[in-house]
Amino acid sequence: MDGLLLAGATFFLLVSFGYTLFTLGAGKFRPGTVNLTAILGGFVLLTVDLWMRGQAQGACPINSLFDVLVFMSWSILLIYLLVGPAYHLSLLGAFTSPLVFLILLIAQLGPVGPSASGRFVRDPWIEMHASLTLIAYGAFALAAVAGLMYWTQDRQLKARKAGALLYQLPPITDLGVANARLLWLGFFLLSAGFAAGFISGMQVNSSKFAASVAIWAIYGVILVLRRAHRLPPRRTAAASMLAFAVILVTLPVIQYLSSPK
Amino acid sequence: MNIVCAGISHRNAPVDIREKFAVGPHELEGMLKRILGIDGLAGAVIVSTCNRVEYYTASVCPIRVLDRLQEVLELRAGAGLTPLYTHDSPASVRHLFRVASGLDSMVLGETEILGQLKQAYQAASGYGATTRHLNKLFQRAFRVAKQVRSETSITRGATSVGAVAVELAGKIFGDLSGRHVMILGAGDTSERTARSLVSRGVRTVIVANRTFDRAARLAGEIGGMAVHFDHWQNAFEGVDILICSTAAPHPIVTREKLEPLLARRDGRPLFIIDLAVPRDAEPSLNELENVYLYDIDSLEQIVRQSLDVRRAEVVRCEQMIDSHVGDFMTWMRTHNDRPV
Repeated sequence: MDGLLLAGATFFLLVSFGYTLFTLGAGKFRPGTVNLTAILGGFVLLTVDLWMRGQAQGACPINSLFDVLVFMSWSILLIYLLVGPAYHLSLLGAFTSPLVFLILLIAQLGPVGPSASGRFVRDPWIEMHASLTLIAYGAFALAAVAGLMYWTQDRQLKARKAGALLYQLPPITDLGVANARLLWLGFFLLSAGFAAGFISGMQVNSSKFAASVAIWAIYGVILVLRRAHRLPPRRTAAASMLAFAVILVTLPVIQYLSSPK
Repeated sequence: MNIVCAGISHRNAPVDIREKFAVGPHELEGMLKRILGIDGLAGAVIVSTCNRVEYYTASVCPIRVLDRLQEVLELRAGAGLTPLYTHDSPASVRHLFRVASGLDSMVLGETEILGQLKQAYQAASGYGATTRHLNKLFQRAFRVAKQVRSETSITRGATSVGAVAVELAGKIFGDLSGRHVMILGAGDTSERTARSLVSRGVRTVIVANRTFDRAARLAGEIGGMAVHFDHWQNAFEGVDILICSTAAPHPIVTREKLEPLLARRDGRPLFIIDLAVPRDAEPSLNELENVYLYDIDSLEQIVRQSLDVRRAEVVRCEQMIDSHVGDFMTWMRTHNDRPV
């Protein structure tokens, strides 16, 4: 059943991705009901999958790299559904679906499967630490997507050509604002996640601690520079993409270091 | 029952002919009564805009109605001045659907015509001049236009330099209310562009011109503020959109002048619309962070691209329209003999 739910969610996101590619190729891209419906479908299936595995494990299902990738995919869709409509960023969904599709595909094709069923004994603070951190990563993922959209729109405007995307992408000022707010949201959630980790008093491998602090510091520096107008919106957009790439690279390492040996 | 259409438009008559056929709002009721008096004519809608005057009627004997309609219009406009085109269904139905979709407009894909058609239909309906067939026809025409607009790119892009500038400003800033505009050189195109921006809600317009009186006059007309040309840099700090159209033989807005001003803007974007030839803004300004520079050639290129995109969509629009014409004709056949 779990496998079917995940396969279904991946299929929904593939539909959204494929629709975007097809319509962009035809020069007639219009984000709207197809993307939103596919994302909603994927989100519902992922929610059911996480709930079922959570019931089986008696804990938040984030005990293996597979679990983490699925939970992060769910977080990205959750943040999109919460934030996207507020900023009229319907196209954000079109850019988000390929990212989530890719993460889900890696989760399913990767060597590590879901953690075994059974009752895990967990400290609620540790659970909060892990889940808040992954939801923060979801916000950072969307900040990276908004950054990519900013870059694309900037290139379109600088090139002085009226491509299909120029008309479909939101105003560049709005994208800059969305990018910055998503970074702040992610940073706030990550800080809260870290605080929960400290409160739990859990023993942390020093390499994991260093990697986590480095990610927190990278985003902190980006935001401080942005706030001080030392980092223009275009560079903030680029920095948010690079920083998320760092998360994607370090996530398997952190997960490996966190898993019980 | 047949749908009959007779009219003139920008395609077959110049404005001095079209104006003779125009039916103003105060004449509409009388004109409708006159043509409803034509034997065999069951209902009518008169569409009168600056680019077309068309009569859509429902009739069981189209040839006789067209002859009588021609007589009425010749009387109104003067004999020998009637280069009318005439259609009966299904050509008349297709024609209305094309008109509603902006395919027959002077600017391909323009959307104003749909509002004008709705007004014309509501007015005729208000005077009791429409029939069931005309009601169905116009309702279907509005649906067709909506579908064509939403499912194709026939309305995409702007089709004039001023409209492109406004559209690009929207793509940079989103909401234009609260934005500040500066005009360097009060030319006709810059004035039109500024007026378009004002109509979209920009808050302040600062006008700098070599002749201060002209700057003051334009500023007065559009509710702006005039500054001496040599002092434009002092008033620049809050500016979001800079429109240049001076007659200067060399660039006025240079990298050297602009870079120190940009440093004080906290990363806010600057949109420069350079309408001057020779150009007023150094081309390399487009390389600066948060600066988007469009000269007259790039704006005109976007106009051409928009029109190309619209032209490429015509075939798809016609296919949609054909399908609706078929549906409407089927409905007409099945509802032909019922009383109106």
